[in-house]
Amino acid sequence: MGTVPSALKHCLSYQHLLKEQLWIAEPPAAAHPAQEPQASGLPEYIKIVEVGPRDGLQNEKVIVPTDIKIELINQLSKTGLPAIEVTSFVSSKWVPQMADHKEVMRGIERHPGVQYPVLTPNLQGFHSAIAAGATEVSVFGAASESFSKMNINCSIEESMEKFEEVTKSARNMNIPVRGYVSCALGCPYEGNVVPDKVAEVSKRLYSMGCYEISLGDTIGVGTPGSMKKMLEAVMKEIPLSALAVHCHDTYGQALANILTAIQMGVTVVDSSVAGLGGCPYAKGATGNVATEDVIYMLNGLGINTGVNLYAVMEAGNFICTALNKKTNSKVAQASFSTGTIN
Amino acid sequence: QVSSAAASGGYPKRVKVVEVGPRDGLQNEKNVVPTPVKISLINMLSETGLQVIEATSFVSPKWVPQMADHTEVMQGINKLPGISYPVLTPNLKGFQAAVAAGAKEVSIFGAASELFTKKNINCSIEESLERFEEVMKAAREGSIPVRGYVSCVLGCPYEGKISAAKVAEVSKKMYSMGCYEISLGDTIGVGTPGSMKEMLTAVMKEVPVGALAVHCHDTYGQALANILVALQMGVSVVDASVAGLGGCPYAQGASGNVATEDLVYMLNGLGIHTGVDLQKLMDTGTFICNALNRRTNSKVSQASCRL
Repeated sequence: MGTVPSALKHCLSYQHLLKEQLWIAEPPAAAHPAQEPQASGLPEYIKIVEVGPRDGLQNEKVIVPTDIKIELINQLSKTGLPAIEVTSFVSSKWVPQMADHKEVMRGIERHPGVQYPVLTPNLQGFHSAIAAGATEVSVFGAASESFSKMNINCSIEESMEKFEEVTKSARNMNIPVRGYVSCALGCPYEGNVVPDKVAEVSKRLYSMGCYEISLGDTIGVGTPGSMKKMLEAVMKEIPLSALAVHCHDTYGQALANILTAIQMGVTVVDSSVAGLGGCPYAKGATGNVATEDVIYMLNGLGINTGVNLYAVMEAGNFICTALNKKTNSKVAQASFSTGTIN
Repeated sequence: QVSSAAASGGYPKRVKVVEVGPRDGLQNEKNVVPTPVKISLINMLSETGLQVIEATSFVSPKWVPQMADHTEVMQGINKLPGISYPVLTPNLKGFQAAVAAGAKEVSIFGAASELFTKKNINCSIEESLERFEEVMKAAREGSIPVRGYVSCVLGCPYEGKISAAKVAEVSKKMYSMGCYEISLGDTIGVGTPGSMKEMLTAVMKEVPVGALAVHCHDTYGQALANILVALQMGVSVVDASVAGLGGCPYAQGASGNVATEDLVYMLNGLGIHTGVDLQKLMDTGTFICNALNRRTNSKVSQASCRL
């Protein structure tokens, strides 16, 4: 605004401020993750579930070597993130990027206090995951019949039956199961998705034993308006503390949607380092919201996450360099003139 | 309280979108845009339903070469009835040139940071506002409405943190001088919903919320979340730039203005009336990005396969 040419000379001072992490503030003093609301009515603590290594990489074109995946996860383990989704025990025929699931699972460092869930589409995948050392798994349903058919070639009901097998086995072995609901705010095939349908599928997954339900705006079309309506419906069936939001930033709405969810009491947010993972339904468009940008917002709200933002940026820098791509995180872009750490 | 406003669904029914692409946007683009392209851009924007389009800036071309053609642009655009075409005027001379060229509304700009003001226009905040008194006087005499901008409301590239009280003080001063609206600018985009709320709480003690606007930059990806909080607090005027034109002069390669398309998409989803046709807006964004030979910064446009 106004005349700024003289200011250009002072870029250096600004970069200097950034290096002092003036804007990349330290998170508020860590308290135990109590869920009492602050004076602002917002949660004191938000659990960040990092999905970059799985959801992120799965939607990247370049196949990432196993050792790079392992290094990424190891770096993320040191940032304070409480949960890192590591890989997916799906058939490599369907998802070549995740073909090295066993090697990754066995190769990563397991830090105490950090969960390393893996996706398991069926009982076979579940057994394979356990054999490889997994101690938490995820199953994924959808709130849209068309999406379920196109994605995993069966109806929602049929998919639930498969997941029942997984949750039954998991219960016997004391393995926690997280449930995902895709297309919670819209479907690439059906368009609008009715909130009651999301609530119905969520309830089904919760009743079969999933400890947490992650509601995914798979194509990022949601807005604070539709997020609110959807959560109101789901909250009638599932306790708030068991809910998470998994927002895609394809239409730039992710942070606003996450803020809305947090204002309604949601305390678990999925995100992807460097915003890894495009959108398979909109060519060239972005997908997952960037972990860095989420943490920046939560820090600014005085909400504790336990995560060191700078460490996440370093991990983001690492994987973007390895993938030879620019970060999708605006915080990272703003902090480093080339989008990478110099 | 932010959360109770959200819980009760407390949003304004209508929001006025102030389109700053042709001025703030283009001013921060590297490539100088030919006059006919600027005129076409503004004319296309005039067809989208936008009620306010900041057309140009009557500053010296020595400082801002991109705005050197301010007189030609002002005289060349179609001025549709019901649409306002404000222009920036840094001083009385600029004001007079603007009015002579047909301007019917002008804007002046202050900052909530002494250091920013010093580096930018080489004087103190107090002195800068004194200079604008001349403009206010002339505007009053000519019945020309004046909009006031306050820069650095959530942070300054030189001073770092900015106190909310300071923002309130400068806003109050500009409002008392006669500005009908105060646009609060997160100039380097460092604000978050937390700092936005704190700043607005202070400003709203001094200036009625109906006279406030927010001008958020998306440099740290926080713009829409910040705008959401402002709306929850009763703000109903939001600045934005088509295609997210305009980078950030303080962070090389970083983005600047929030994209009008992404803002309108969010407001539509909230059931808030803007009067803006999103498709026509996207078409306009495509036009100017082609002319600038650059990709859009609007995610809505990108998702709609308009790279």
